[in-house]
Amino acid sequence: MFTRERAFQLLWTIVLIVSLTAVVALNRRSAPTAAMTAASGGEARHGFRLEESAARAGVTFVHQGPTFDAQLEPIMPQVAAMGASVAVADFDRDGWQDFYVTNSAEGSLNRLYRNNGDGSFADVAAAVGLADVNQAGTGVSMGAVWGDFDNDGDEDLFLYKYGRPELFRNDGGRAFVRVSERAGLPRWVNANAAIWWDYDGDGRLDLLLAGYWPEHLDLWHLQTTRIMPASFEYAENGGRKYVFHNRGDGTFEETSAALGIQSRRWTLAAAAADLSGSGYPDLFLANDYGISELFINQGGKKFVEAGRESGVGRTPKSGMNASFGDIFNDGRLSIYKTNISEPGVLVQANDLWVPKVRAAGTGVVEYENLASALGLDLGGWSWGAQFGDLNNDGALDVYLVNGYVSAGERTSYWYDFSQIAVGHSRIIGDARNWPPMRGRSLSGYQRKRMWVNDGAGRFVEVAQEVGARDTYDGRAIALADLSNRGTLDVLVANQRGPFLIYRNAVSAGRHWIAFALEGTVSNRSAIGARVEVQWAGRRQVQEVSGGSGFSAQNDRRLHYGLGATSLVDRVLIRWPSGRSQVIDRPAIDRLHQVKEPQ
Amino acid sequence: MSTGRAFPFTIDRRLLPPLLITSILIVAHLSFGILETYTRTGLAIVTAIGAELIMGRLTYGKWPHPASAYISGISVGILVRSPFLWPYFLCSLISIVCKYVLRLNGRHLWNPSNFGVCALLFLAPQTVTLLSIQWGNYIWPMLVIWLLGFAIVWRVGRLHISASYVVAFVVFAFARSALTGVPWQAALAPITGPMYQLFIFFMVTDPKTTVGPRWAQVAVVVVVALVEMLFRLAEIIYAPMYALFLVGPCALLLERWLQMRTARVMRLSSIG
Repeated sequence: MFTRERAFQLLWTIVLIVSLTAVVALNRRSAPTAAMTAASGGEARHGFRLEESAARAGVTFVHQGPTFDAQLEPIMPQVAAMGASVAVADFDRDGWQDFYVTNSAEGSLNRLYRNNGDGSFADVAAAVGLADVNQAGTGVSMGAVWGDFDNDGDEDLFLYKYGRPELFRNDGGRAFVRVSERAGLPRWVNANAAIWWDYDGDGRLDLLLAGYWPEHLDLWHLQTTRIMPASFEYAENGGRKYVFHNRGDGTFEETSAALGIQSRRWTLAAAAADLSGSGYPDLFLANDYGISELFINQGGKKFVEAGRESGVGRTPKSGMNASFGDIFNDGRLSIYKTNISEPGVLVQANDLWVPKVRAAGTGVVEYENLASALGLDLGGWSWGAQFGDLNNDGALDVYLVNGYVSAGERTSYWYDFSQIAVGHSRIIGDARNWPPMRGRSLSGYQRKRMWVNDGAGRFVEVAQEVGARDTYDGRAIALADLSNRGTLDVLVANQRGPFLIYRNAVSAGRHWIAFALEGTVSNRSAIGARVEVQWAGRRQVQEVSGGSGFSAQNDRRLHYGLGATSLVDRVLIRWPSGRSQVIDRPAIDRLHQVKEPQ
Repeated sequence: MSTGRAFPFTIDRRLLPPLLITSILIVAHLSFGILETYTRTGLAIVTAIGAELIMGRLTYGKWPHPASAYISGISVGILVRSPFLWPYFLCSLISIVCKYVLRLNGRHLWNPSNFGVCALLFLAPQTVTLLSIQWGNYIWPMLVIWLLGFAIVWRVGRLHISASYVVAFVVFAFARSALTGVPWQAALAPITGPMYQLFIFFMVTDPKTTVGPRWAQVAVVVVVALVEMLFRLAEIIYAPMYALFLVGPCALLLERWLQMRTARVMRLSSIG
């Protein structure tokens, strides 16, 4: 007999089938397109095309990883998985952007590629004294940032390592002089992040150095194997943070405690910008094994940690990138932080923190995570990412590199990783308890992500289509106009892999404008200067950065795509000193050299 | 109704598990902020309770007690990890619907949230994973949750099930370590995580989907742990979920078959 119960059971069966079908359909729609076509036509569809040309440009650098204490040998590929970095600057002031890349094997040489201006580069690191910086006993390089700390007009270099941090003063682009001791830098820091910034607006560049491993560890001579993070998502046993305040006489004073920047989270990326509208740079730290931290600047005298209050520091993930971009062209800087996503295992998803409203009277901006809504969430085991208008259409795009350990193909360490990751601190905290990797990959051979912003809040992933097809273990990425053509090229530093230069060819008819700023009252590198370009009813804000992404520093000249527009209405510049400057109707398709008015 | 073993105060036994799981969630969130937003967990709970009330009322003409649906919803809200909202809604819905569809002699075959999360893991691996990290790294909150959990499963008469599973897991962990060469600490590590707290206190003990005799209940969870070990040897990450998904219904079907056979034998002998 067809009872009421049977009738409804039939209905619920249909509901169950529909629900299961919906899961399949939504999974397909939500997941990144795995089989994106690599066919040509990317330029026509998206307005640009990337072509890898490092070898042709004379850049044949292949990164080498470090080898730590033998006690870590079973998990060496994952603990020695960082060190590839890239920092862009015109170190010799010839008008062409050069770049410095780090190497991380003991005794290996770093490279400084001088831009010859004809599409080729020459390594001059040895000639200027920046090559042999990984000698045994001094640690190995993890990254570098350029900044004119002595305001003499040329870019100096700060090198951070698992080991002895180094400051090199640039003498006219001809030689670099090591001034680490005079500067007062600590003897040993295991750092993966550093940035130049002028946190108190005194016109001199200060330095933030963020430790990853605790600074007492010499990773080549371990007294214990209890060195690992105490938790996969709640670890606070990492390296300390340093803020070096520039006294202006070549020496620095460590001020982190006085400023309230005290954290022992495992920081992998740092970036600073005026997020709270105070006129002073705030600090964002992307931390591995835990929550992010947002330090709000209180007039250059103090910082208040507002991660939880603002929303960006509530959910612990594996932060690996910090970059800022005005993705909606409305003057608000969003924060892009990358994390881990491995299908079927761990979907932390990347975070795109978009400012929402300002909590009354606190100076703290509240953020909401729109990464999923905009399609910027799933990027594999994500590392460095940068905002930049790669197709000059007037909206900031996102380029992301990924991949952790590419070892044996079709092998995976994920199962063992997932076992140990949930373990209590007494288990996860001891390297001896970690299952050996035995040549297996961990999120290796991953497709890169290149998201094009359509200007209306939608990002489309086009990496394969436009020519970004490598699958190396990407770490750092920097954007730079290497040929002074008004297009952003892409520099990629891969861990234990070749350095890549993706030359960018933008379709004709897309205009641009760029600004090279020089401070006079402000720090001479103009780090922290805020430039708003207004055109065709749109406005886009960018800030000059002293380091962003993961172990990277972009071309500090600010580049704006304008699309088909042939007129820029106005440019507003707010210098770190607080001075304002207005430029009406500047010429387009050219780089403007702008000096801060006295 | 019976209140089970004597306590200084009495409380509806059906409310104990919801109280425990709610306590775990609140403590974990306030201490470690495990919920990215309240929206996802809230959506999972509201969906589960709403579906249960509607389906129970329409199917049987009476309002069902929402405790079971609440546990399913909150389990989904804690266990499922996804940047999207839809998995929380659909997982809760599937968990409840399966109770009304996949039935045998008036009993549902799968623990609802076990069915729901397994369905999502099978069908949506690109966008859905399960909670696979710790709640903090402090020993005391973990001990409190374990002690509270064991006290409540003892109170509701299911301690033997949880305890048997823990013992079996530990024994099989050492076996896995011996077989694979992985440090025994790593093999044991998963049981120190929060997913296992939910699994041990709420899934394997589900009264609706466990067999009748106490000895059989113990045998079934040992088999669950054994199958889990086999899955783990095959490096399947969500081994306990899949093991329960397979073993639980098989045990119920076997029990039902044995009951029918016994009844037939008794019927034949009474006729004879």
